[in-house]
Amino acid sequence: MKKQTVETLGFNLFRLGSVFVVLILGAILFDIFYKGIGAISWEFLTAEPRMGMTEGGIFPAIVGTLYITLITALFSVPLGMFAAIYLNEYARQGKITRIIRLSIRNLSGVPSIVYGLFGVALFVRVLHLGTSILSAGLTLGLLTLPWTITASEEALKTVPKSYRDGALALGATKWQAIRTNVLPYAIPGMLTGTILGLARAAGETAPILFTGVAFFLPFLPDSPLSQFMALPYHLYVLATQHHDVEKVMPLAYGTALVLIAFVVGLNLAAVIIRYHFRKKRG
Amino acid sequence: MAGEAKVWTEGLNFFYGASQALHDINIKIPPHKVTAFIGPSGCGKSTFLRCLNRMNETIVGTRIEGKVFIEGHDIYDRSVDVVDIRRRIGMVFQKSNPFPKSIFDNVAYGLRIGGLKDKNKLAEVVEKALIDAALWDEVRDRLQESAMGLSGGQQQRLCIARALAVEPEVLLMDEPASALDPIATQRIEELIHQLKEKYTIIIVTHNMQQAARVSDITAFFYLGRLIEVDDTERIFTRPKLKQTEDYITGRFG
Repeated sequence: MKKQTVETLGFNLFRLGSVFVVLILGAILFDIFYKGIGAISWEFLTAEPRMGMTEGGIFPAIVGTLYITLITALFSVPLGMFAAIYLNEYARQGKITRIIRLSIRNLSGVPSIVYGLFGVALFVRVLHLGTSILSAGLTLGLLTLPWTITASEEALKTVPKSYRDGALALGATKWQAIRTNVLPYAIPGMLTGTILGLARAAGETAPILFTGVAFFLPFLPDSPLSQFMALPYHLYVLATQHHDVEKVMPLAYGTALVLIAFVVGLNLAAVIIRYHFRKKRG
Repeated sequence: MAGEAKVWTEGLNFFYGASQALHDINIKIPPHKVTAFIGPSGCGKSTFLRCLNRMNETIVGTRIEGKVFIEGHDIYDRSVDVVDIRRRIGMVFQKSNPFPKSIFDNVAYGLRIGGLKDKNKLAEVVEKALIDAALWDEVRDRLQESAMGLSGGQQQRLCIARALAVEPEVLLMDEPASALDPIATQRIEELIHQLKEKYTIIIVTHNMQQAARVSDITAFFYLGRLIEVDDTERIFTRPKLKQTEDYITGRFG
């Protein structure tokens, strides 16, 4: 074959691949939007479910998802960033740090149901937090830690060594160099990766299943130790566990739409943060 | 080479892992002079320079033996604070490395991490450092603009100003002009000439004409050893060793 033919062939193959991916994604989003938008109303967003979840809204599920995402963020963002700073800046690079990094990578591949079981064992039983927002949020926090750590480390690696050396050569201590000359340039990337991890956690069902999510609650959680409703589990319930699945299908699609909007909102926040800091850095 | 030394080493060996990069370096560097380290690539001149402010410690798997004295104090002694050493011994890197901050914040960086907060004092020292680095007239109206917008030569002079602002006793320069055009290089060389009144300057260069132009003393390194050190004029006109002569006349390296 002629070189030009191969070139054209390859180009079109790659193009086909990306078009295909976008099409599938578009089809899913369109389907959910088309079937779900009818369910969205002020009442749907602000009222409790009524009449055996066939009427009313999903307000408790929205609030529950917000709460656990908050707990997840409070737990895994600082912890993940600290771990990444230690691993990348302080730890002696060698066999042990390699093993730790490999373990962290592997943890991000562990099925989320396994995190759920671990959450039951540790938070619900051993630490006596019960089935609660706290248990579920912490379990999701564990799930996101590998992402947070990896993303934060990648962000730290993008800061040139010359920034660190330049500061050290001027008599900065290691922490001063990191604080004033590394973190300011790494934090946007750290936040972006972290928020993406949070968005993933917000959509998880398995880890919260055993650790605190409730099938139906007629009231809002009043403390971190309360049970809660959450969007992904509510969606699962409406779509598969309800006695009249046909009737609540529009509500299920409406819930899916709200969940997707929440996740897209988080991702958008990540993009805005990155854009803002990039502009500032000049 | 009369008079007292500002910096000297005794039996300095340096290792990257198992490979020895420097062998038994003994040298005396006098104050208020420009001392140039020359030699072919990989001869250890930059490595040796970085031993003098303990910057090699930032590289994993390195090891040093022997002693480095600044005014009679061993800088590798256990009681010595490395932060203090690096404050007294400034460094300018081969590739200019301004921080992505404003021009003012770059020069003020060392003072601020040293705890200086007084705004008037900061402004005063920044101005003085920029004047000393022959950059003030070019940047006085845009101190708050990003340092990344400066030209290559200006960036390197900014790095020199940044090093001068903390008032070091010794200034180490690692091929400071190697990435610059001839005009910017000339400005840096003139600057070095002025700076030696206040500072002891040690410069690594692969450019022998540059060593001849700017330095008072020249040290020739080869394969991790200090081969010969003498007044620059003598090194370039009648070196004692044949190896040195071969190098400076361009027969190898």
